[in-house]
Amino acid sequence: MSDVPILLEMRSITKEFPGVKALSDVNLVVRAGEIHAICGENGAGKSTLMKVLSGVYPYGTYDGQIIYQGAETRFSDIRASESAGIVIIHQELALIPGMSITENIFLGNEPRKRGAIDWTAANRMALDLMARVGLQEDPDTLIKDIGVGKQQLVEIAKAFAKDVKLLILDEPTAALNEADSRHLLDLLRGFRSRGITSIMISHKLNEIEAIADQITILRDGRTVETLNVKADGVDEDRIVRGMVGRELSSRFPDHTPKIGEVFFEVRNWNVRHPISADRQVCKNESFVVRRGEIVGFAGLMGAGRTELAMSVFGRSYGVYESGTIIKDGKEIVLKSVADAIDNGLAYVSEDRKALGLNLLDDIKSSTVAAKLSKISHRGVLSEVEEYQAAEAYRKELRTKAPTVDEGVSKLSGGNQQKVVLAKWMFTDPDLLILDEPTRGIDVGAKYEIYGIIQRLADQGKGVVVISSELPELIGLCDRIYTVFEGAITGEIARADADPETLMKQMTSTKKLATR
Amino acid sequence: MSRIKDLQKNLFGGTTSNARQFGMIFTLVAIVLIFQIWTNGLTLRSDNLIALFQQNSYILILAIGMLMVIVAGHIDLSVGSVAAFTGILVAKSMTEWDLPWPAAIVFGLAIGAVIGAWQGFWVAYIGVPAFIVTLAGMLLFRGGNQFIGNAQSIPVPEGFREIGSGFLPEFGPNTGYNNATLLLGLAAAVAIVWRELQLRKTRRAMDADPAPMWISILRMAVMVGVIAFAALRFASGRVGTSFPISGIILVALVIAYSFYTRNTAGGRHIYAVGGNSRAAELSGVKLKRVNFFVMMNMSVLAALAGMIFVARSQASGPQDGNGWELDAIAAVFIGGAAVAGGIGTISGSIVGGLVMAVLNNGLQLQGVGTDKVQIIKGLVLLLAVAIDVYNKSQGRFSIIGSLMRPFRRDDSASPPSPPDAEREPAKAAVSG
Repeated sequence: MSDVPILLEMRSITKEFPGVKALSDVNLVVRAGEIHAICGENGAGKSTLMKVLSGVYPYGTYDGQIIYQGAETRFSDIRASESAGIVIIHQELALIPGMSITENIFLGNEPRKRGAIDWTAANRMALDLMARVGLQEDPDTLIKDIGVGKQQLVEIAKAFAKDVKLLILDEPTAALNEADSRHLLDLLRGFRSRGITSIMISHKLNEIEAIADQITILRDGRTVETLNVKADGVDEDRIVRGMVGRELSSRFPDHTPKIGEVFFEVRNWNVRHPISADRQVCKNESFVVRRGEIVGFAGLMGAGRTELAMSVFGRSYGVYESGTIIKDGKEIVLKSVADAIDNGLAYVSEDRKALGLNLLDDIKSSTVAAKLSKISHRGVLSEVEEYQAAEAYRKELRTKAPTVDEGVSKLSGGNQQKVVLAKWMFTDPDLLILDEPTRGIDVGAKYEIYGIIQRLADQGKGVVVISSELPELIGLCDRIYTVFEGAITGEIARADADPETLMKQMTSTKKLATR
Repeated sequence: MSRIKDLQKNLFGGTTSNARQFGMIFTLVAIVLIFQIWTNGLTLRSDNLIALFQQNSYILILAIGMLMVIVAGHIDLSVGSVAAFTGILVAKSMTEWDLPWPAAIVFGLAIGAVIGAWQGFWVAYIGVPAFIVTLAGMLLFRGGNQFIGNAQSIPVPEGFREIGSGFLPEFGPNTGYNNATLLLGLAAAVAIVWRELQLRKTRRAMDADPAPMWISILRMAVMVGVIAFAALRFASGRVGTSFPISGIILVALVIAYSFYTRNTAGGRHIYAVGGNSRAAELSGVKLKRVNFFVMMNMSVLAALAGMIFVARSQASGPQDGNGWELDAIAAVFIGGAAVAGGIGTISGSIVGGLVMAVLNNGLQLQGVGTDKVQIIKGLVLLLAVAIDVYNKSQGRFSIIGSLMRPFRRDDSASPPSPPDAEREPAKAAVSG
């Protein structure tokens, strides 16, 4: 590799915010035509480093040098870095949902003819760019009508429209399912063979191991090391060791399940789509949960796992058609979320910020939000009891915050998730449904969340875990259901669970056909 | 130095949101003092204070309801028209249908409830934006007022006028003051001391150090002092005048609604819906019910405000309540509510309303024309909200703080990133 020219070198970058040193003396060397991964826990400084590189933090607000294509650069803003061919694609996609693919690709960069936008040329160029990223859609399709995987491709096409030389992807596969992720990774490999250099920030270590040439690991705002994947024989454990600075003996806490009787059962559950009534999102689904058991739901994005969970949780999704819920031997009818909570159900949504929390609230009021009756006396809320409850959960879950008066918007993803968990633990549920409980959370916090889930199960609660990460399901769950196109296609015990088996069931309707 | 810091932190409760309220109260006091000097003591004279309350009580009552509507993420443009519509029906009920005035008040509140149910139905159950529903209501009920009243004024009887222009009775020994007002002031002072002690107890129960005792005492002294001053002023007006009935209605509503919004589940739900309606729904909040309630409640309060206005002006007319919605909305936003919903307090809105009221009153005392008064009020609204928005974008709350920290440039303008985990170990250490 060392004979390949260096495209980018960041030398002893130091970036300070008032009171915090986000980066200190960070070095990064990226060679032309490679895929360079940057790893580190949340808050290690990855995003800050990329913001320095792309000019979000302009020259002068940081110390150190950026050498790009052999010359020192001093970007004053994002436009300057983009015109030099450095394009960053953020985790939260910057697309306008109500505009077409073409309009989005050329947003801020519209091809013009005599002052007016030349839509003929734009459409032609869009088709060309879409072909390069393997996106087959009508360029007039609106962004909101295509899946998140395709949206990601539009972002990349947009980068190509700017004549990208160095593509920076911040958690590109965080929101993608396995198939879309694989497509994206293949695409990056294709770019590499065409000489485009990529920098990729990701928490998904298996992907990094599979695709990266070089890995730079950051910890606490410092460069720990740069690894050459092939030469150093890097695997996931090696990366984790670099990231956390210690050997994580296991990514899951040890746990001996204490599984009891079946106490929760859903039978022949049928739900229709809320808008297009002819689409059935839950097709005759049945499942059971035992006390003390952690049950996984595996499936591709769009398989209908979230829809199943939410429709069971007080019909908060879709149009209920038929099906029964049996809890402790008795049928229960849950017509609203309040019914579901009163009957001991809890649902932790996959989208913390949009569905899980009121970001204006503090930890205190978030913790008690789903069961205010528990701290009310004759209709009056007790501030003292609210505080005591929130403080107890903060200690129990080890939520990192100075006090429970801290606003939840100021917490990191892992700590926000702990607040959401506290909120639902506060309702004393018998059944907790956790939808993607570790999405966007770093390795250390994940370990803690797994521990919490296991403790809840040990208290005799049933826990349902929906996850797109198969290793997570296999490591955590006692039993796994596979879901495909709105139907449950298999049930696999922990002992038999491996990625291949699950994947097969997640993509086949075999079992449905025999029903 | 540490004492000054203590003072800054604790004078009005100690949290950042209170810092903003403190700023508003400070602004109010400053405006009052400026006008007091400018008008050579006219502003704080008994008769002026009484008039100030009588003239603005109905706007402040509207501000209470409007705060809840805005916190829930809606707006109500129809309040002026609803007030006028209720006013004319109530006036007619007494003069033409001979309804006794207490029954007429109940009738008026019922009209408000029915109108509120109508608007709440469209907003909550059909999902028409409140802006549209109440814009329609604004036309509908203004037209209704003029249709029913034939675009004429209808006078109201003597007894009814009490709620708008009445005063507390005179009784007891001749002290040279209105005894009822003095007693009221005494009760308020006792309540403040009790509340402060209660607050200290709560703080201690929450393992937090209560504010130093001297601050509590200072705080109590300041507030009791203000109340004593106000009570003496209101009690020493022309014989027969006192703290006005409409003011008492206002104070009762402020206390009741503050309690409701802060200390009950229903109040919490309004904030939850405004902060993140989907998250609220998934936490078991009955979204439609909350939206219906805030819209309905607003119209009931608008009906009450309309009746008080009619009672004060002794007749219901076709132009009653014109532009009230704007005054109420301005009060709420000056008082620190967020345009997007989820943030705001009743007390803040009242202070915001009082800032506008004092400004209005002082300028009029100085003989400034309504044209210029409107210009000034417009600028004050813009400035108050702009300062708030600017402060928030800088991630801080106090103007003083901004002067202390020049050139601080945060990453607040950039896309959201995980908060600095570097800071967290330190936090954890502090919290133990």
